[in-house]
Amino acid sequence: MSTAPPDADELRRRVGDFLAGHDPAATEPLEFLRARFDAGLAWVHYPEGLGGLGAPRALQPQVDKAFAAAGAPTNQPERNGIGLGMAAPTVLAFGTEEQKRRFLRPLWTGEEIWCQLFSEPGAGSDLAALGTRAVRDGDHWTVNGQKVWTSMAHEARWAILVTRTDPDVPKHRGMTYFVCDMTAPGVEVRPLRQITGEAEFNEVFLTDVRIPDEHRLGEVGDGWRVSTTTLMNERVAIGGAATPREGGMIGVVAKLWRERPELRTPGLHEALLRSWVEAEAARLTGERLRQQLTAGQPGPEGSAAKLAFAALNQQISGLELELLGEDGLRYDDWTMRRPSEVDFTRRSPGYRYLRAKGNSIEGGTSEILRNIIAERVLGLPGEIRVDKDVPWKDLPK
Amino acid sequence: MSDLLYSEIENDLRAGVRGLLDDKAAWTDVLAGTEKDDAHDAALWRALTDMGVTALPVPEDLGGAGASWRETAVVMEELGRAVAAVPFLTGAVLGVAASQAAGDRDLLSGGRTALLAVPFTTAPNGPLPGGVQADGGTVTGTVTSVADAAAADVLLVPASGGLYAVEAADARLTPVVSLDMTRRLCDVTFDAAPARRIAEGDDALRQALAVGAAMLASEQLGLAERCLETTVAYLKTRYQFGRPVGSYQGLKHRLADLWTAITQARAVARYAADCAATGDPDLPVAVAVAQAHCSTVTVRAAEECVQMHGGIGFTWEHPAHLYLKRAKSGALALGTPDRHRAALAALVDLPYGS
Repeated sequence: MSTAPPDADELRRRVGDFLAGHDPAATEPLEFLRARFDAGLAWVHYPEGLGGLGAPRALQPQVDKAFAAAGAPTNQPERNGIGLGMAAPTVLAFGTEEQKRRFLRPLWTGEEIWCQLFSEPGAGSDLAALGTRAVRDGDHWTVNGQKVWTSMAHEARWAILVTRTDPDVPKHRGMTYFVCDMTAPGVEVRPLRQITGEAEFNEVFLTDVRIPDEHRLGEVGDGWRVSTTTLMNERVAIGGAATPREGGMIGVVAKLWRERPELRTPGLHEALLRSWVEAEAARLTGERLRQQLTAGQPGPEGSAAKLAFAALNQQISGLELELLGEDGLRYDDWTMRRPSEVDFTRRSPGYRYLRAKGNSIEGGTSEILRNIIAERVLGLPGEIRVDKDVPWKDLPK
Repeated sequence: MSDLLYSEIENDLRAGVRGLLDDKAAWTDVLAGTEKDDAHDAALWRALTDMGVTALPVPEDLGGAGASWRETAVVMEELGRAVAAVPFLTGAVLGVAASQAAGDRDLLSGGRTALLAVPFTTAPNGPLPGGVQADGGTVTGTVTSVADAAAADVLLVPASGGLYAVEAADARLTPVVSLDMTRRLCDVTFDAAPARRIAEGDDALRQALAVGAAMLASEQLGLAERCLETTVAYLKTRYQFGRPVGSYQGLKHRLADLWTAITQARAVARYAADCAATGDPDLPVAVAVAQAHCSTVTVRAAEECVQMHGGIGFTWEHPAHLYLKRAKSGALALGTPDRHRAALAALVDLPYGS
C-alpha cells in the first residue's frame, strides 16, 4: 500500500483539486481547515492520515503559497506557536496512534491552543531538576507543583507537561511527560507581570490535578528524552523568522536617524552603522538557515541565530533610547495587559529596550546556548556535573 | 533571494582544491616559504593553474572555465584556510575582474598573470590612488604597497583618469618587508614605461576592487574557520589544573560566540559572492557588509587562536602567527571595516550630515 510520496507537481494537482471542491469564499473557515487537514495538505511532511502526505518538508511553502493565493482561511499559526512548533512534533514523535489522531487535527486547525508547562521557579536552565510530582493512582496520575513562564496558559486547551515521577533516581531518569488538560480541576493560571508592565506569561499552579494515563507521552521515566525533542524544535522556531532588509528593530532606529538629524552624534553614527551591519549579517544568516532547512540540511545554526538575535535586539534597543535623548525617558504604558503575541514595533522605545532583555533568557539563556554550541557543535568537553549520579531527592535545592 | 548555499559542483571543487593544498601547502611548507627569497610558491601556483581554478570566471572561448565568482569564492575559502602564498586574490581575482570590466580579451586569453598596481589598502568605495601620470603612451610615477607584484606578467595601473596595462618587465619593483609574508608587497615605480590604455575612467577599477573585496570575504571566512578548528582541537588536548582547558566556560563561551560570528560570516560572504556572480545591483552593499563583518570576525578568530594557545601560540614554530598576520593584513586590504561602514552610510542612506 505504500506508494512514492508526492512530488511538487503532484502536490500542485492535489491543491488544485482540493480548491475546486472547497471554494474558500463559500466554505466556513473551520470546515475548510479540517478538510485541508484531512486531505493531507496541512503539513505535507507529516504522515498520511495526520494532515500530511509524507512529502518532503521543502514542498510546504509551495502549498501554503497556493492556498494563500486562493484566499483560503489560515490556521493563524501565530496564535499557536507552542502547539505547532513544539507540541505537534513531540506528539508525532512519541504519541500513540490514538494520541496522534486525537490531538493533531484540532491543534493544526487552531481549534485547540497549546501551552508548555516546563520551567519551574527552582528549575530554569536546569530543567531536569524540576520537582512537579506526578504519582500514579491506578489508571490516572495525580500531579502537584508549580510551573512558570507559561505563555498562552490563559487561552490554552492543552499543555505539554513534564513531571518528576521517581525522586529516587538521578534527575534525568525519573521524569515523565504528559499532555495536561488545562480545564481540569486543580489547574490554576495566574498572570505573571514582567518588567515591561504587561503579562505575556503566567504562573500555573497544579493541585491534585488528575491526568489519565492515556495522556502520557512516551514511557514512564523517559520524560527527559521526550522534552529534548520539544526543546530542539523550540530553538528552530525562535531563530528562524524571515525578515526583509531593515525589517527588524534596526529599521525603526534607521528611520529615526533619517527623520531626526538633530539627534545625531559621531559616536551614535558609528554605533548605528555597526548595528546595521550586524543586523544585515543576522538577517542573511537567517535566510541561509531557511535555505538549509528547505534543502533538507538542517544544521546547528539555529542556536547561533537565537544567540545573535538576542544580543542584537538588546544592542539596538539600547541605542535607540540614547539616540532619542529626552524622549528616551518616556514610557508608553505600564498597565498590566495580556498580549497574545509580542510586537516590538508597535510599542514605545522603552518597551523595546525592556522586552529585549527577555530575548537572552526565554527559550534557553544565552549562556546555556553557548554551552550547547561549545559542547555539541564544537565538541568541547562538558561542564563538570556534580549532580550526575545523585538521586534527585538528595540534590541541594 | 540569492542562493546562499554551496552547490554540489562547488563542494566537489572545494574537495579538489583542499586535497591539493593538504598535499602541497601544509602550514610547515607555508612557514618555510616565508623565509625564502621567492615571494610566492610558484609550484603551487602552477598546480592551481593546471587545475583550471585560476580562470574560473573567464569564458571558455578565452581559455577559462566559464564558471563564476561563486566557484572562485570557494577556492578563496580553501586558500584562506591554508594561508597559501599564491597570487590568487591579486591575479585570479583582481586582475581578471579588471580585465573583464575593461573588456580586454587579450589580457583574459593570454595565459599571463595581470595584477592591479594599486596600494593593497585601496577600497572599492574610497579614494583612488593618483600618483601615476600617463603621457604619450607611457606612464610615470610610483605606487606603494602593491600586493604580489613580483608575480605579475602585466601590471594594470590607474593613471590620469584611465587604466593602463604595463609589462611588468618595464617597471621597477622594490620588495617590501611585509607584515604578511605569505602575500608580500612591492613598491612599484614606472619611469616613462610603455603603457596601453585598457579603460577610460575608474569604473573598471572600482568594479574589480568590489569583486576583489567580495572574494576576500570568502578568503577571510576560510581563515577564520581554520583558526577556530585549530583552537578547538588544541583545547581538547591541553590539560591544566587536571582538566582539559576546553572545559572552562571562560574559553568555551568565547568560542561559541566566535562560531556564531563565523556562521554569519559564511552567510554574508556567500551573499557577496552571489551578487558578484550574478551582477546584482546590490553588490556595493553586499561587499561593504561582507568586508565590515568578515574582516572583524577573522581578526578576532586569529587573535583568539594566539591567546587560547597560550605560550605555544606566541612562537614562530606554531602556525597561529601565520593566521594572525594574514588576518590583520586582510582586514586592512581593500578597505578597513570602518571604511566599509562609512561607505554603507551613503549606500543605505544613513548619513552623518544632512
